[in-house]
Amino acid sequence: MVTNPISNAEPKMRARDVSVYYGTKKAIDAVSIDIPTEYVTAFIGPSGCGKSTFLRTLNRMNDTIASARVEGRIELDGEDIYESGMDVVQLRARVGMVFQKPNPFPKSIYENVAYGPRIHGFAEGKADLDAVVERSLRRAGLWEEVKDRLEDSGTALSGGQQQRLCIARAIAVEPEVILMDEPCSALDPIATAKIEELIDELRGRYAIVIVTHSMQQAARVSQRTAFFHLGHMVEYGETSQIFTTPRETRTQDYITGRYG
Amino acid sequence: MVDHTVKAFDEDITRLRGLIAEMGGLAELAIQEALEALISGDDELGQQVVARDKKLDMLESEVDAMAVRLLALRAPMAGDLREIIAALKIAGVVERIGDYAKNIAKRVGRIEGRSRFEPLTLLPAMGEVAAEMVHDVLTAYAARDPVLAREVIERDAKVDAFYDSLFRNLVSHMVENPATISSAAQLLFVARNLERIGDHATNVAEMVHFAAVGSYPTDIER
Repeated sequence: MVTNPISNAEPKMRARDVSVYYGTKKAIDAVSIDIPTEYVTAFIGPSGCGKSTFLRTLNRMNDTIASARVEGRIELDGEDIYESGMDVVQLRARVGMVFQKPNPFPKSIYENVAYGPRIHGFAEGKADLDAVVERSLRRAGLWEEVKDRLEDSGTALSGGQQQRLCIARAIAVEPEVILMDEPCSALDPIATAKIEELIDELRGRYAIVIVTHSMQQAARVSQRTAFFHLGHMVEYGETSQIFTTPRETRTQDYITGRYG
Repeated sequence: MVDHTVKAFDEDITRLRGLIAEMGGLAELAIQEALEALISGDDELGQQVVARDKKLDMLESEVDAMAVRLLALRAPMAGDLREIIAALKIAGVVERIGDYAKNIAKRVGRIEGRSRFEPLTLLPAMGEVAAEMVHDVLTAYAARDPVLAREVIERDAKVDAFYDSLFRNLVSHMVENPATISSAAQLLFVARNLERIGDHATNVAEMVHFAAVGSYPTDIER
């Protein structure tokens, strides 16, 4: 249906004719999209449009739902992530995820970040691990706020700090893609602004895909926007084009608040 | 177009469109009456036109304030965004059109020997085309009609042709009748003002086209 009309660069991820079923119900219908690296791609659409479902196919989070079935092909650097030989734990390190509600482990701030690199063998010895933790917390813009209290519990931080801790946790394992499922919906405007600033800083390094209910947020943080409706990807284009001159009437109606 | 889920947004946009329509009506009337005053030498009518221009200035301020408020409070997107940006710009241009009409009206008392002035008979026809452009471009705005907007743009060539013809006419008139140079120069300014009104109506037409379809008319020289 709609393919990527904009990027010339080799995409980081490529989805072709991806359909997702929950039991017999089709939640996503033949979506094809290229996700470029060093860009933020936003998925927008009303509740139940399938944007979160589709996001979760990109690192096989839907595997955890027994009734979910994925058809079509999704590639990471040209490699089919649904082929039988794919190591899903490895995949989810390469394609990290940040959720709606900050979900730090009930452990220290340090352990929250160190856990991933340790089990994935990214750090050898304490000094190495310390360096990974510091670098990740710095990139997540949290280091200055927590450097003197790394042994405090991650759950004792404020909501915005917890979310940045989760981002630090995701980037500690050197991902290539970061998926964010409404990462700011539980945060106040200041914490939201900090996360948005962070997303902007991170995009030079990763492919970032963000699902958001806030169209203003999609407009602020992304360079590409895809509009989903009833399981279809209706339109995909440059964010500025989508929000000023959408090609599809359904996109226009949704983003101008004329939906249903 | 389907209504917004938030009804108050529709009401705001309707009000904004109403203000623009009111401005357009006043500008059109100002052109017509300024020319009428000029041709008949009706100084009083001319002064009325000048006085009424304040109303246009007030409406422009009202459009500005309303557009800024809508941008701040509604965070409009896509067609709504284009419409409000266009309204903001159109209001400024229509206000300028009013200024040109006012400038014509101010010259009413400065023309002498009306009956001997052949070029004077050309001006009403030129003014009619210019006023019609203003009228039609605001109809196009109200109907979000890019086709009519394009027609208005094409009509500007007619106004330009009138201007060229009047210019030659007035210059030869001045050469032949040096005593009338002062009045003829006044008429030259009037013709120039009408020509500018045509250009401004063209600008509005481009904005109407932009608001309606998201692009400026490409195959027309800007």
